[in-house]
Amino acid sequence: MKRRSLMKAAALMAAMGIAAPAVAQEAEKKIIGVSIPSATHGFMGGLNWHAQDTIKRLGAAYPNLEFVLSTAGDPAKQVNDIEDMMATRNIDALVVLPFESEPLTAPVKAVKDAGKFVTVVDRGLSQEGIEDLYVAGDNTAFGRVAGEYFKENLEPGAKVVVLRGIPTTLDNERVDAFRAALEGSEVEILDMQHGNWNRDDAFAVMQDYLAKYPQIDAVWAADDDMAIGVLEAISAANRQDEMWVIGGAGMKEIVKRIMEGDKQLPVNVTYPPALISSAIEMTALNFVSNAPMTGRFIISSQLITPENAEQFYYPDSPF
Amino acid sequence: MKIDLHTLGPLVALVALVILGAALNSAFLAPANITNVLARSAFIGLIAVGMTFVITAGGLDLSVGSMAAFLAGIAIIAMNAALPTTGLNWGTVLVGMGVAILGGIAAGYLNGALVTKARIEPFIVTLGTMGIFRSLVTWLADGGTLSLDYGLRTLYRPVYYSGIGWITWPIIVFAIVAILGEWTMRHSRFGRHVEAIGSNDRVARYSAIDVNRMRLLTYVLLGVLVGLAVVLYVPRLGSASGSTGVLWELEAIAAVIIGGTALKGGRGRVWGTVVGVLILSLIDNILNLADLVSPYLNGAIQGVIIVLAVVLQREKRTAEER
Repeated sequence: MKRRSLMKAAALMAAMGIAAPAVAQEAEKKIIGVSIPSATHGFMGGLNWHAQDTIKRLGAAYPNLEFVLSTAGDPAKQVNDIEDMMATRNIDALVVLPFESEPLTAPVKAVKDAGKFVTVVDRGLSQEGIEDLYVAGDNTAFGRVAGEYFKENLEPGAKVVVLRGIPTTLDNERVDAFRAALEGSEVEILDMQHGNWNRDDAFAVMQDYLAKYPQIDAVWAADDDMAIGVLEAISAANRQDEMWVIGGAGMKEIVKRIMEGDKQLPVNVTYPPALISSAIEMTALNFVSNAPMTGRFIISSQLITPENAEQFYYPDSPF
Repeated sequence: MKIDLHTLGPLVALVALVILGAALNSAFLAPANITNVLARSAFIGLIAVGMTFVITAGGLDLSVGSMAAFLAGIAIIAMNAALPTTGLNWGTVLVGMGVAILGGIAAGYLNGALVTKARIEPFIVTLGTMGIFRSLVTWLADGGTLSLDYGLRTLYRPVYYSGIGWITWPIIVFAIVAILGEWTMRHSRFGRHVEAIGSNDRVARYSAIDVNRMRLLTYVLLGVLVGLAVVLYVPRLGSASGSTGVLWELEAIAAVIIGGTALKGGRGRVWGTVVGVLILSLIDNILNLADLVSPYLNGAIQGVIIVLAVVLQREKRTAEER
């Protein structure tokens, strides 16, 4: 049925005098598989939303492209998803945000060995040279930009507490860069505990920091979900005027408060969940244009200030 | 003396933790810190009291963490939806509280009915509903976070943060529920029936106890207490998401077992559960206050203490059987 109508369309177009090669290209269907972790916290929620949004838009713009999206709650499920995509949908390209590097390396390599175009997003595989395209945020810059802001805006002798994420290499890169940026300044890091990128955990950790340390001048919450929990703990202890908080990733509620010039939230550092959109778009362009799309594409982390906050504000996104 | 040491085990552990905490950091016994720890314990505490009844009757509920997230989600949605018609007042907040409690009853009834009427293993039933509730809240939040209207939050906030002096409302509610729970388990007919069913449900049936109805009631009671925990949880951060209440079920079950309730049922001890909850939150608090070990090892320390607490009881029990 589909083929017949396509042929009909081709005949119609030929009759209308449209160049035949263009029609042939149109008819060649390409399937792009997208495999991402499921929306378990704010950042991944945003990433899921941007992925669906991009797929909808690209699907409408390029009728010969078809997308298969799957979300996985753990690495094992993600491996199954990718195997299913290969076996049942015969994908031409894979865009994957690996849940964890190690367990996903072999399955993604199998996709590459089958001659498919592979785009790896955000978390590198444990073996180099598998992917055609690598799209990622810059975790080192994420920590460095925040650290530099602390260094420039705190007096010597100031005391800082840090909330870390879920123990991962990604978190280590950020924290190491933050530490390195503070080196040589008189700013003291009092404590670093894991808030697991979770509001409730961050709330509890911050309450304990507040009980433990009489002087805290600034908090690096390193994530906007954690920043929300931290702010709540600070206001419950009535110490709002003593310290400011820097989160990260640009959650819309936080960006809005920066736009309004909130003193407790002077700036924020981006780590855009929309990076999945860049990855999907570039993979799609590989099939519909002649533009070379291989290599590494690193999205820099920027400082959101009250002056530029408006351009980072996406009211429709859930994040 | 022999029996006392056995039952008082968890209490001894709690006292030891308190002494350890006080020795490590003087801020530990400050009223502000005590308030923080007790108020934080209240959510798991309320759920664990309900869980004590379910486990004592020989059941299990793995869905409570997801259920809490789901109830928080629908309560927030209900309050936001009611706001334009009912206005910014306590009536709207009561709507949210009502939705949380009624939702808890419905969810508990669903679990209980599947266990008693459809006769499916509680582990399987609640593993299923755990996934269902968790997905539903993620779906309702569109993968993001459901946030309560700012005005309502400000109004509702004192429910978590204020109280009588430094004793905040969550602490008061937890204390009342714990006392009522202990009384019910020890002195009411319901409590005796629950213990009888848990130790031998066939004998209980021959003794003219309506086993299915009692079992169902334990799940409904747990649902109500999850709803009550949500009523206290929502004003804290004013939001719910897919990551709300993750692993609460395991914390609640761990607290129940640490407290001396048998996982196979038959013997319930509500005051022990309360002690278990306090032990779990004190471990977290002490690890944060004192830089004893690398934060990577926090989970290991918790694990060791949980296993130790249970091992102590197990040794005692085998000694008795001999």
